Amino acid sequence: MTSPNRLFGLGAAALGTALVIASALPSSAAWEPTRPVEIIVPAGTGGGADQMARVIQGIISKHTLMKQSVVVINKAGGAGGEGFLDVKGSRGNPHKLVITLSNLFTTPLGTGIPFNWKDLTPVAMMALDEFVLWVNAETPYKTVKDYIEDVKKAPPGQFKMGGTGSKQEDQIITVAVEKAAGVKFTYIPFRGGGEVAVQLVGNHVNSTVNNPIEAVAQWRAGKVRPLCVFDGKPLAYTDKIAGDKAWADIPTCKSQGLDMEYLMLRGIFMPPGVSKEAVDYYVELLKKVRETPEWKKLMNDGAFNQTFMTGADYAKWVENEEKRHQGLMKEAGFLASGN
Amino acid sequence: MEEIANLFHGFAVVLQPFNILVMVVGILLGVIIGVLPGLGGANGVAILLPLTFSMSPTSAIIMLSCIYWGALFGGAITSILFNIPGEPWSVATTFDGHPMAQQGRAGEALTAAFTSSFVGALFAVVMITLVAPLVARFALQFGPAEKFSVYFLAFCSFIGMSKEPPSKTVVSMMIGFALAAVGLDQVTGQLRLTFGFTELLAGFDFLIAVIGLFGIGEILLTMEEGLSFRGKKASINPRVVFQTWAELPRYWVTSLRSCVIGCWMGITPAGATPASFMSYGIAKRVSRKGHNFGKGEIEGVVAPETAAHAAGTSALLPMLSLGVPGSPTAAVLLGGLLIWGLQPGPLLFVEQKEFVWGLIASMYLGNLVGLFVVITCVPLLAAILRIPFSIIAPVILVLCAIGAYTVNNNPFDIVMMLVFGVVGYVFKKCNYPLAPLVLAIVLGDSAEESFRQALLGSQGSLTVFWSNGLVGTIMVLGLIALFWPMLHTAWSRMRAAATAA
Repeated sequence: MTSPNRLFGLGAAALGTALVIASALPSSAAWEPTRPVEIIVPAGTGGGADQMARVIQGIISKHTLMKQSVVVINKAGGAGGEGFLDVKGSRGNPHKLVITLSNLFTTPLGTGIPFNWKDLTPVAMMALDEFVLWVNAETPYKTVKDYIEDVKKAPPGQFKMGGTGSKQEDQIITVAVEKAAGVKFTYIPFRGGGEVAVQLVGNHVNSTVNNPIEAVAQWRAGKVRPLCVFDGKPLAYTDKIAGDKAWADIPTCKSQGLDMEYLMLRGIFMPPGVSKEAVDYYVELLKKVRETPEWKKLMNDGAFNQTFMTGADYAKWVENEEKRHQGLMKEAGFLASGN
Repeated sequence: MEEIANLFHGFAVVLQPFNILVMVVGILLGVIIGVLPGLGGANGVAILLPLTFSMSPTSAIIMLSCIYWGALFGGAITSILFNIPGEPWSVATTFDGHPMAQQGRAGEALTAAFTSSFVGALFAVVMITLVAPLVARFALQFGPAEKFSVYFLAFCSFIGMSKEPPSKTVVSMMIGFALAAVGLDQVTGQLRLTFGFTELLAGFDFLIAVIGLFGIGEILLTMEEGLSFRGKKASINPRVVFQTWAELPRYWVTSLRSCVIGCWMGITPAGATPASFMSYGIAKRVSRKGHNFGKGEIEGVVAPETAAHAAGTSALLPMLSLGVPGSPTAAVLLGGLLIWGLQPGPLLFVEQKEFVWGLIASMYLGNLVGLFVVITCVPLLAAILRIPFSIIAPVILVLCAIGAYTVNNNPFDIVMMLVFGVVGYVFKKCNYPLAPLVLAIVLGDSAEESFRQALLGSQGSLTVFWSNGLVGTIMVLGLIALFWPMLHTAWSRMRAAATAA
């Protein structure tokens, strides 16, 4: 239990947006931050990236993994472009991190803002977020096949797919599903994953491709039904979630005849031109974060794919992923002129 | 009555000494956050969120929701004293609250504002306690078309109910819509009206516009009038609280109506800001003293504050039961819930009884504690007006600049704030109302979004806005509100004709 004085003191300190600048520590050997570290979130408050950044912040302060404090700053403007441009413009600043989602690729490709992931220094992939095809539990669809057959029978565009944002991951998946199954949905963009899930429960859309964490509460309440997961293999989590169903029981879309895989990056980057020592420091820090029970709980709740990558492997993965997004977005006609 | 038993259990949880302490700290921090323009409830809660990770989820949500109540209370303070809304939902409070302060009745206005806030919150909490599951089911009926109809109603009642010429209201509103359109278009994912300036990527933030239009605009006006600060005759009277309380029961009809509007807007979920505007507009039309609104009528403070607080409180219900935040602050609280390992959704009320009822009990007590804290400060706050303008103006300017900067940590926003200040000054000089502009900046984006989402779903057919009883009724109400002045005139003429005949 936190003592009252400390609590209030902490509050006051945080209110001043961590104006506290601790005295420089005796330089022992490796690089260490000398100022509070900012985590830029290129998305709004309450979303997946924001949650992850705040969990990391909470873990670092609770387990005192770092002598300096962490500040989370949301810069969501222009589909996150505001946040990326800010980090790009902070060349050589070792006290700034950015947590990315797929908008690392989709925002510059879709809007044409002057930014590319190569403007950043890759630090570590923290996890990959899964996508699941959901329908309302009142509908008779038990398998992907049932559902797609009905969509095929209806006039094109009659079935509505709800998703987060426009020309971003949810819509990319929708377009890929349309291509793979030869159907046509009307895609309706909403602001956040939670809202999308509720629109499905309220029968205002026919299906969604929510992340597990966005829809799990409605699944457990028996309001929505998962049809398949857009991953190469079923999820690893075998705890019973809804009735006798576990995440691991959801079949892959590929096994159901819907050939599409998509995973979303939850990774950490730094501004360009930072020293290798600084990058190494954060890699070690994030490794420690991953060992904590709080992190494991988050991974478990959100049924994340827990791949961890750093250095050259990570950069290579990101590069491949960029090419893939370019292809996907080109096919879908989402590229801004000039890209 | 299982709910009542649960609630009393909740009170037992909340009344632990540590939780009471957390509550008071939360309220105080919240009031400070509410007073500082720019540092809104959402930012404040986000900054303080990590501090709560070492507490139990129940203590943590008590602290954070108390910050939220505190911010709701605090937003009224600067609106009344300096005509600078500390929070979006207190814009409507400036209309009558500030004139009252100028007449030396700041204490009265503050007491009315705080007490009304409390009444609104209490009404909403009682509603949550009694009909939470019903409300959750009702909120599920709101698809894009239904949401648009609520926004439509808000805009229409603004035009129809306003005392300014409708043409000026419409002009002001349209400018607001244009400003709201800048930035990323949510539906197509393309940038609009940014003209290649990366500074405009994020669009015009509502808070910066408000700080500029009202805060800076007000300072410019006062300077023009020769640096005299008209509130200085404010006397410090500790009894003002009780005198005002004796007067308030007279406005129970306004209060009740505002409670209902607030709860409705909080659940649907349009939020506290439109609720306060709508409640003010309707009170102005309906009240017998309506012609006096805008000149320092206490009823004009009661209406928006009650509605804002009722909406702010009831906005937590869709968040808890559906996982959809009814306000930006609720969105941050939602993130907090997930971090503590609680999944908001239909099962939260079943699986996490202690947490949910602890939270609801803290709403009762938090608001009571909040009222006590702010009411004791009334004489002190009213005394601020005795400081000469030449000292207070630079302080306000600095606070405004800090506020504008804090919204996005962006220095460019300070420039934008100054530009809005000049715009606000010109608007006031030309007698254009600022409120419709503000309303359009706040709701323009969401209204446009739901309109287009609805049309996407119906494949372009406008009949979607009449497709079921709920959406049809709200749209008709909107049209009635829009044409209210004409309907009213027609009705009086018919009556006159009938009597003559």
